[in-house]
Amino acid sequence: MPVFAPGLVGPALLLSAVLFCIGVAGVLLRRNAIIVFLCIELMLNAVNLTFVAVGQLYGMSGQVIVFFVMSVAAAEAAVGLAIVLSVFRHRATVDLKHANLLQG
Amino acid sequence: MLATLQAAPQSIATAASAARWLWLAVALPLAGFLINGAIAFWQPQAKRAVSLIGPGVLLGAFAVVLYVAKSVGGVHLEAPIIVRLWDWIGAGDLRIPLAFQVDQLSLVMLMIVTGVGSLIHLFSVGYMHHDAGYARYFAYLNLFVANMLVLVLGDSLPVLFIGWEGVGLCSYLLIGFWYQDKANADAGKKAFIVNRIGDFGFLVAMFILWYAVGTLSFRELAVMAAGAFEGHTALVTAATLFLILGCTGKSAQIPLYTWLPDAMAGPTPVSALIHAATMVTAGVYLVARTNVLFALAPFSSMVLAGIGAATAIFAATIGLRQYDIKKVLAYSTVSQLGYMFLGVGSGAYVAGVFHLMTHAFFKALLFLGSGSVIHAMHHAYHETHSHDDPQDMRNMGGLRKAMPVTFVLMLLATLAIAGFPLLSGFFSKDEILASTFARGHDEPVYYLFWALGMAAALCTAVYMMRLITMTFLGENRTGAKEAPHLHEAPWIMTGPLVVLGILTVAGGLFNLPAFVGGHHWLETWLEPVLAPAAAIRPALLPHGATEWALIGAAVTVALGGLWLGWRLTSRAVIVPAKQAAAETGFAKVLFHKYYVDEIYDALVVRPLLRFSESTLWKQMDQGVIDGLGVNGAGRLARGLGRVGSWLQTGQVGLYLVLFLAGALYVIHVVTR
Amino acid sequence: MTHAVFVFFALVAVASALFCVTQRNPVAAIMWLIVTMLSLAGIFVLLGAEFAGAMQVLVYAGAILVLFMFFVMLLQLRHHDSDIRGKLGWVLALGVAGALLMQLAALKGYTPGRLAEEISSAPDQFASPAAVFPHAAEVQQTAVALGPVGAVAEPMFTRWLVPFELTSVLLLAAIVGAVVLAKRRL
Repeated sequence: MPVFAPGLVGPALLLSAVLFCIGVAGVLLRRNAIIVFLCIELMLNAVNLTFVAVGQLYGMSGQVIVFFVMSVAAAEAAVGLAIVLSVFRHRATVDLKHANLLQG
Repeated sequence: MLATLQAAPQSIATAASAARWLWLAVALPLAGFLINGAIAFWQPQAKRAVSLIGPGVLLGAFAVVLYVAKSVGGVHLEAPIIVRLWDWIGAGDLRIPLAFQVDQLSLVMLMIVTGVGSLIHLFSVGYMHHDAGYARYFAYLNLFVANMLVLVLGDSLPVLFIGWEGVGLCSYLLIGFWYQDKANADAGKKAFIVNRIGDFGFLVAMFILWYAVGTLSFRELAVMAAGAFEGHTALVTAATLFLILGCTGKSAQIPLYTWLPDAMAGPTPVSALIHAATMVTAGVYLVARTNVLFALAPFSSMVLAGIGAATAIFAATIGLRQYDIKKVLAYSTVSQLGYMFLGVGSGAYVAGVFHLMTHAFFKALLFLGSGSVIHAMHHAYHETHSHDDPQDMRNMGGLRKAMPVTFVLMLLATLAIAGFPLLSGFFSKDEILASTFARGHDEPVYYLFWALGMAAALCTAVYMMRLITMTFLGENRTGAKEAPHLHEAPWIMTGPLVVLGILTVAGGLFNLPAFVGGHHWLETWLEPVLAPAAAIRPALLPHGATEWALIGAAVTVALGGLWLGWRLTSRAVIVPAKQAAAETGFAKVLFHKYYVDEIYDALVVRPLLRFSESTLWKQMDQGVIDGLGVNGAGRLARGLGRVGSWLQTGQVGLYLVLFLAGALYVIHVVTR
Repeated sequence: MTHAVFVFFALVAVASALFCVTQRNPVAAIMWLIVTMLSLAGIFVLLGAEFAGAMQVLVYAGAILVLFMFFVMLLQLRHHDSDIRGKLGWVLALGVAGALLMQLAALKGYTPGRLAEEISSAPDQFASPAAVFPHAAEVQQTAVALGPVGAVAEPMFTRWLVPFELTSVLLLAAIVGAVVLAKRRL
């Protein structure tokens, strides 16, 4: 049953900001490609939360967009992991430190 | 012709409409240049066409000038007729149209340039006929005449300057005509570069005049100069001194005369046209045109007269000991130009222009005559495959038997230049010296100039008679094998000589003074043009007893010099050039032209070269421009590239950081 | 009451996110992220997005993160050395993340009133801020009649139909891409 709870919007947005920033810190901090992907997923979740929170005020579109974000995240995760897999096959590592062929 | 020019008065309007045809007088030689140039480029062997077009355009120009002269001559012009062609310079307040100015002075110059020019073109047809560069020669010669006409017709200093520069260019092209010989090319370069120094003076003078008076047109200068320079004699003196610098360059006076003797490397008709009759007289013409400025600056006029007198005697002494026939005539030209400047410097503008005219006649005759001689000598040496110098007088002698017409005409010219009574040179030279002496009464320094002028007259008579004696009199020294090949020049060459001879003898009629019953025709004719100067600093002429005394002195000097020249030369033992001993003593100094070229080389040329090499080349060009500019730009690009490549670490982490930093900035901007 | 539940779920989410980011073992990191997602699902429900919450559990935690888990097990990664970057990395990460947090914290100022103001200035349907909340409430009421799934489905297949179809194309592209990229031999 859809609930109308405008009082939670502010705190929800704040939480979303915090989670997003934790995700950013994780992306910058870790060298393991898989962990980096996980942090990206975390960021996407934070964005989902934002959409839902704003949806309280702006109608159902917020929740619909969440749906799309999720499917895009799925697609991105699949393709990204496939890429990491093929790199792993060549370099036997998922450490980003070794992915430096663009150097120069 | 004199009578016709003074005939029925016509309206100024008819004269003006006739003057409008003057563009044709300039366009014809210009067209000749283009056509002959095209022929030289594509069909150099088409000599018949060039022979028709080259002199033909000149005769056409002369015809146009005669027509205009006839129309304008019957009118008493107070102000010049201006023929405006189109707007040339329009920059702020400076508006200079390309316009021609027709007045009495320009008509005189036009007749000289086109008349004597036509004769020399006809002479060249014979002289240059066997040359491979025949078409190129006439192209350059036509271009020269076109530029000289622009110079003479210009109604403002910039337009005159176009012609001034143009004749300088043509002089360079023609002096170095046989450029395959490096010496000739060097002579051309020297002429151009020395001229350039004078041109700098001309430009600075133009700047000063523009600043002080606000106009560069001659007509306006004549009207406004007196008022503009009220109490500012320093400015007008400065302007005229810079103009004098220009004149010394173009008209070969001290200190910039050194190019003219070297210019004898060019073909002899070129020497006749450019370095005797027309281009070198441009300086005199310029002074006559800007007479009002020189009248306002008596100091500059004195400087000019002094330079003229000094050059006259200086060059005359050098001529005493030269053996190349053309070099003698070259120094003679420098000396006679000195006379002309002495004349205009003393305020006797008419006398200066008169001597310009008579000098054009007899000097052209002398040069063309020497051209005939050289032509014959060259032919003789060519036949016997000798390598002797055909221009050295020590190889000549007794040519009066082989070339009688040339001999008679050159003798007449020699008498004229020396000042033999009743020939043209007598009247013109006498008038200059008389005016100088008369001005000495107010400014005593002119007495000194007069004395120098008399000494130069003596030397002139001596070296000219020496030339005649060495070349035409005595025994022939060319050689037994060569002698049969010496003969008179063809009629195409002697014809113009005869015409010039007539003018040399009768030229005095243009400005006959009172004491022989004349009416000073040229003086009256030029009076409106010279009025602005005459108002401020009138020309002086002695009268009565002083006049007769001066005439007597001049005649004595002339006749005495001629006899002395003949006597000294015919008594001396002359051997052909290759056997001659080296000069000794003061004669050696004269032969080496007082070592002026060597002095200039040491004082000016070498330091300049050293400066160019060490500073301008090594430091400026290599160090600054190449090092900082060109290579520096490359180094800068490489350096920037190196710094830029620090971003390309290939590390994803760095890329992410930069990406997020950018995103931060964008958010910051958007959420303001 | 809802506030307390919200705070509980929020704290759990933040704590598990922090643990996720700092785990050396990828499997452990994935587990912690699952915890985060479950708490987020709870928050979705609190905010009235039941369908989104259900999808969060089923698709995100149940499919995507399981995929990650499979991937890690497939690669058999060893995790001897820590893969956390050095000092410079910490400085940069905390710097950027901190700056971002400060910017986004400005969102704290988004009281409903202010938010309503901004929404009402959008070109769409609102005449004034005062109209925003009644409208939203109205929308909620109409949605109530349809049920939680129907409330999402109704706009999905009317207003958002084209993006829906495009998403399916996107998923197709992703499938093809993943298959091709992961092949041993092309």
